Amino acid sequence: MPPSTSSDLTLSVNGEKYTLTVDHRTTLLDALRERLDLTGTKKGCDQGQCGACTVLVDGRRSVACLQLAVAAEGREITTIEGVAEGERLHPVQQAFLDLDGYQCGYCTPGQICSAIAVIEEHAAGWPSAATADVRPEAGPPPLTPEEIRERMSGNLCRCGAYVSIVQAVARAAEEAVA
Amino acid sequence: MTTATRGAVGTAHTRVEGRDKVTGAARYAAEIPFADLAHGWLVLSTVARGRVRAVDTDAVLGMPGVLTVLHHGNAPRVDSDFIGMLGVPPDPSAALFQHDRVAHLGWPVALVVAETSEQAREAAESLVVHYETEPHDVAFSAGRESEGYPLDGHLPAVAEKGDLADRLAASAVVVDAEYTTPEEYHNPMEPHAATARWEGGRLDVVDSNQGTSWVAGELANLFSLDPAAVRVRSEHVGGGFGSKGVRAHQVGAVMAATVLQRPVRVVMTRRQMFSLAGYRSPTAQRVRLGADADGRLRVLEHRSLNQTSTVHEFVEPSAAAGRSMYAADAHHTASRIVRLDVPTPTWMRAPGEAPGSFALESALDELAERCGVDPIELRVRNEPAVGPVSGLPFGSRNLIACFREGARRFGWAERDPRPGVRREGRWLLGTGTAAASFPAGVGPSTAAVTAEADGTFTVRINAADIGTGARTALTLVAADALEVPTDRVRVRIGDSDLGPAMIAGGSTGTRSWSWAVQAAAEELRRSLVPGADIPPEGITARSNTAEAIGALAQKERHAFGAQFAEVAVDPATGEVRVRRMLGIFAAGRIVNPLTARNQLVGGMVWGLSMALHEEAVRDRASGGVYGADLAGYHVAAHADVPHIEADWVDDPDPDDPVGIKGIGEIGIVGAAAAVANAVWHATGVRHRNLPIRPDRVLMAGGDA
Repeated sequence: MPPSTSSDLTLSVNGEKYTLTVDHRTTLLDALRERLDLTGTKKGCDQGQCGACTVLVDGRRSVACLQLAVAAEGREITTIEGVAEGERLHPVQQAFLDLDGYQCGYCTPGQICSAIAVIEEHAAGWPSAATADVRPEAGPPPLTPEEIRERMSGNLCRCGAYVSIVQAVARAAEEAVA
Repeated sequence: MTTATRGAVGTAHTRVEGRDKVTGAARYAAEIPFADLAHGWLVLSTVARGRVRAVDTDAVLGMPGVLTVLHHGNAPRVDSDFIGMLGVPPDPSAALFQHDRVAHLGWPVALVVAETSEQAREAAESLVVHYETEPHDVAFSAGRESEGYPLDGHLPAVAEKGDLADRLAASAVVVDAEYTTPEEYHNPMEPHAATARWEGGRLDVVDSNQGTSWVAGELANLFSLDPAAVRVRSEHVGGGFGSKGVRAHQVGAVMAATVLQRPVRVVMTRRQMFSLAGYRSPTAQRVRLGADADGRLRVLEHRSLNQTSTVHEFVEPSAAAGRSMYAADAHHTASRIVRLDVPTPTWMRAPGEAPGSFALESALDELAERCGVDPIELRVRNEPAVGPVSGLPFGSRNLIACFREGARRFGWAERDPRPGVRREGRWLLGTGTAAASFPAGVGPSTAAVTAEADGTFTVRINAADIGTGARTALTLVAADALEVPTDRVRVRIGDSDLGPAMIAGGSTGTRSWSWAVQAAAEELRRSLVPGADIPPEGITARSNTAEAIGALAQKERHAFGAQFAEVAVDPATGEVRVRRMLGIFAAGRIVNPLTARNQLVGGMVWGLSMALHEEAVRDRASGGVYGADLAGYHVAAHADVPHIEADWVDDPDPDDPVGIKGIGEIGIVGAAAAVANAVWHATGVRHRNLPIRPDRVLMAGGDA
């Protein structure tokens, strides 16, 4: 008997369990888009270079195109469809909407998922390449535009909406502190 | 003509589809579900010139899930001998599998269709194609100008006025410089994607494009179908920038859906987009400016060469950029093309103006330096009263107002003109400026506006919102024309069944559609009797702007702008950082300041990216692009982009019913020159070849 080329697995996405049979070659990105009809996660390059497929895996940002669906079993996955609370948008979503932090919208779900993680990473004291003082006792650096730009640089926006994206992330971060 | 001034137009409005975009609910072309969907995967040639000898389909047809392999031996026939809506024949790489010739590396040679995308991809990568190879030639350079020839595109190739040699001899100062720009790729974030099916005797295509009237017309022509039998939808589009017309993916999907009689989706990979989706040709340009000692131009000569493929002529009309900008006694401009074994280039954001303004506006800066005249004052001295070549009056020309406002806000008056004298730690600092212009065009469109029984209004216009905010802008225009609040207006776009309309391209979209929407809405408002009941089917008024547009007087119609940039250059590493940019534009009435500012800034980001980052290098051995992906082809990322401001001066177009000129392209024009001029101001070194890479900065020296 030839070795099986598919497996049954259960994915936990946005708090829901999905049981499905997947081709071993299926990426998490394609499983979300093609099998679970969660098309909010975008495919921009399919090789980890653009950030459009950024999702949260166990709360950490991760590009869904560079991991196989079979490797995502047992992880808690959050996509753009799962960040709002019912009808109430996540503060990052609301800031993108209010400040026009997008144009075509195709990189937007990835930018928003990334930004949610950036705000948490920053609050947890993670330094970035733009951080002047990286000693743990220095505490979180101010979340300046330079810090946001550095931390968001894995998410390309070809429309060039970076200026308003940075403003949106800054506003959402301020709200998270307030 | 009246100009609407009341209410919504001119006030900031968040995007009407914004909630869908931030929640992931907005579905793009590859995201619309279809029952019984099959997946196609394109196979591209691995040789740059020759012919396909054989396609080994047998092994692949036996692979799991594979349904068919289409290639030149079995594909349905198409007719590509037509001139489409935009006045040009289709790109031959979209007329799939009609012969065995290979015109460039990455030429489409087969389409593998399977039940799943994983199966299609593996089968496509397993497909063995045998080629007869021939020597290829992809070496573009300025030295090949003699092999080139002038070609009229959307602008005439050549425009000549006055005696060049005579006026050069009479010039006190002559600047003579050569400039180059590399191959540049649009790279919209959403790859090209289409699903095709036959539904009730009609071809139904869900696509990502810049105009469904255009794409539906091209597909009807290609497949010899009654235009009424083709429907193309494209509701949300993840960027286009000129690349999203008829391409291999739609044609492949239609062929496969026809053969298999089931829905078929074809999506380009990011790497395939570097062969199949078009690009901006590299340019080699020469600018000669002759002037009096005070900087008044006697001579403006601009020659540009670009490459095209062996199967299709495309001109990047870079030399035409100056025809409307500066007066000179002798004014000679010519754009030429040379044919190579490369993919066919196409329109890319500000075709002609983007590379052309880099050369011309850099040369102007060199002239200012030579004459000891401030760069802004130089442009003031050369401001024409009428079109410098055409002699036609300007619709409106507020270039100098842009410079004055920009200079005030940027702090230009305090600028020390000497180069290479400002240091801040390891950085050398400099500022630069450049002018921008882009034609204000318009195309015929139809619209329908319906008063619904529930008191709302539905606007039907086959617009394309590729990120421009068109859907929102049209909502504002309709609300004002109907004299109702915006929340009572819903706008339907992106469906060829809505009727013919202009594409999102050439900065004409929002202007063209607004004209039609306003005309239909005003007609409707006039026909409604206050207090009268609306029947269940509503009351509809329609418009067609063809006649009104045809009656427009010939004028020099352009948007203008002034670009400013401040850069820091590290002479030890060659790194160039843009610290701030400011663009002030005179670009007609601004319909929605929130989205307009974003779009203008986006154009300036493109200019920054063009100045410092974007470059596709073609490998002469293989004939293809090295690193054909978003790692090998860097576009500006968050960390590259500082705070950039865009604003505007009052400049309503007097001949447009809404006052619009169009803002999609003006933001990139002149932006790269402003950055390059700032690099000169920082270092004292002129960079005439883009991008201004660290190695170029290092090789040029400049450690003042």
